[in-house]
Amino acid sequence: MSYILIIGAKSDIAKEVARVYAKHGYNLYLGARQAEQLNDFVQDLKVRYKIEVLDLELDLLNFETHNSFYSNIKANIYGVICVAGYMPDQKLAEKDFFETQKIINTNYTGAVSLLNIISNDFEFRKEGFIIGVSSVAGDRGRKSNYLYGSSKAAFTAYLSGLRNRLSESNVQVITIKPGFVQTKLTENMNLSERLTAQPNEVAEDIYQGHQKGKNIIYTKWFWRYIMLIIKCIPEFIFKKMSI
Amino acid sequence: MKFKSWGNYPSIMNENIPLFSNHNEPIIFFEKHNDIIPFGNGRSYGDSALSKHIVNCKPRNYLIDFREDKGLLHCQSGLMLIEILELFVPRGWFLKVTPGTKLITVGGAIASDVHGKNHHVEGCFSECVLEFSLLLNTGNTIVCSRNENSEFFYATCGGMGLTGIILDVKFYLKKINSQYIKQTTIKTKNLQNTFESFETYKNKTYSVAWIDCLAEGKNMGRSLLMTGDFSNDGDLNYISKRKINIPFNFPGFTLNRFSVKFFNFLYYHKAKSGTTNQKIDIDTFFYPLDSILNWNRIYGKNGFTQYQFIFPKDSSFDGLEEILSAIANSGKGSFLAILKLYGPENKNYLSFPLEGYSLALDFKIEPDLFLLLDKLDQIVLKHKGRIYLAKDSRVSKEVFEKGYPKIEKFRQLRKDTGLNQVFNSLQSTRVQI
Repeated sequence: MSYILIIGAKSDIAKEVARVYAKHGYNLYLGARQAEQLNDFVQDLKVRYKIEVLDLELDLLNFETHNSFYSNIKANIYGVICVAGYMPDQKLAEKDFFETQKIINTNYTGAVSLLNIISNDFEFRKEGFIIGVSSVAGDRGRKSNYLYGSSKAAFTAYLSGLRNRLSESNVQVITIKPGFVQTKLTENMNLSERLTAQPNEVAEDIYQGHQKGKNIIYTKWFWRYIMLIIKCIPEFIFKKMSI
Repeated sequence: MKFKSWGNYPSIMNENIPLFSNHNEPIIFFEKHNDIIPFGNGRSYGDSALSKHIVNCKPRNYLIDFREDKGLLHCQSGLMLIEILELFVPRGWFLKVTPGTKLITVGGAIASDVHGKNHHVEGCFSECVLEFSLLLNTGNTIVCSRNENSEFFYATCGGMGLTGIILDVKFYLKKINSQYIKQTTIKTKNLQNTFESFETYKNKTYSVAWIDCLAEGKNMGRSLLMTGDFSNDGDLNYISKRKINIPFNFPGFTLNRFSVKFFNFLYYHKAKSGTTNQKIDIDTFFYPLDSILNWNRIYGKNGFTQYQFIFPKDSSFDGLEEILSAIANSGKGSFLAILKLYGPENKNYLSFPLEGYSLALDFKIEPDLFLLLDKLDQIVLKHKGRIYLAKDSRVSKEVFEKGYPKIEKFRQLRKDTGLNQVFNSLQSTRVQI
């Protein structure tokens, strides 16, 4: 039976993604830092869905380990879903380059380092899928969130190029752009209930979009149009706005 | 943050206290607050799970183990019944005891010691609970069962979250061989006739009656008694239904005495007289209202309350007659009036059921409603009945405690252990438990 690798498996979205794929019969590798914290969740997935699940120690920031991480996985991986993300307070990151670097290295460099290795394998095998969870924040830089946003913009561009490259190798590449999601990350933000998705809704959108062969998925769906409007605002107006 | 109960009344602001840190360590919360109450999925109707500080238990929803040979499920208390059904009905297992909604957590089921249409045969939810772990105000976690820390077991089952936080639970599911129930509906003419029918169909595993609470005179107490047992046809292909949503509050005047009377008239007369047999699925039989998401909004933005009480068997008939006349005279119709014959009482300190007849009524919140309910309280007391805390948002201390003879045991336990210094809800403060 086919295995799927989830990168950054400790996040709320990742856990729901794991449940949706497990429910549809996929076996899972859950990659995360301090993976032993996932033990209870691994057990939950096994009891719920009677599938094979393994948690794997993975540090996205430790680029040198990525080759051996991937080659140590025995079973052939059929697909990979990258949910890893880091979003500290913007103000904090503006003052502390270490924070900014961590944003870039988690959301972009680390993800790229590992996905490069995996995509070479998939290209060679001419099968598989790669799903990257980016963000609507990458669609246009705003003063409240542009350090995170710019790292996601880079990731979005990476996925777009990867999709282009792998389309002739029968490898599906999907970009996910969530808007507001109710998670631990956003617990203390005052988010509008109507605009905010629950992690399980995001996971369901990912699975459905994957089945339908979509390329770019906004979740909730209307964020596509919200971002379209935001992208259309002329720069001379946009630079004075606070959104 | 605003955590609401199902009745949308009362409505207060509250703050969520996380139970565990990101590293899964318990957070020491008990020194800081004296008004903490665990919160599940917010389906108790009144203020039992409302307080300034709540512990949101729903995210702790992991399954830990399932023993196929015994049907023993081990899970965290935030797991919802709907998830259990979706996972286990296809494998041939069902809840031993289920209330009329599957949108509650396992922890909530224990805290309210919920019951269902099979109470007369299989008792309350706690009957299928083997043991659970309980996080106390001291920060210690203890295991509670009928043999170990039994006083905490009997206090926690039905204890409305006032004895600590239920963490993990072991409880039994029951084997089924179909997702269908063979239902028999009996149309009764009056209260006497309804009571007789309950006795006649006592051997059916499931039974409940919808009663036309606005029928007067010789029709008073006319009902549709629905009874059933699981079919044995081997079809377990269960997919949970989630259908219609009510996206906004209806205007307050939607439900009034005329519309309710009209609805009751149609509902009663559309049923064929005598008995009818049908085969219906789990969701239609057990959870008719779950197919309408947010059905509480039909009562408008002021919300509603449910009034549920039970009489011992020997005073049931007189008591119900008096209650039904009082309601008919007031003209306040209840859309959903549910009558049921219950089985024997269990050993828990605050569980609601006892052997006799219970009636549950929904009322829209209106200024003069509380006068009527106070009047009903007196009738309930007169006939030695009691009120169900899981549905309540307004009962007084005096009325409440007369119905529950084991209340002092409960109070004493909370006092001796200091639980009453930490865990309190709006309801527990009101009825002083």
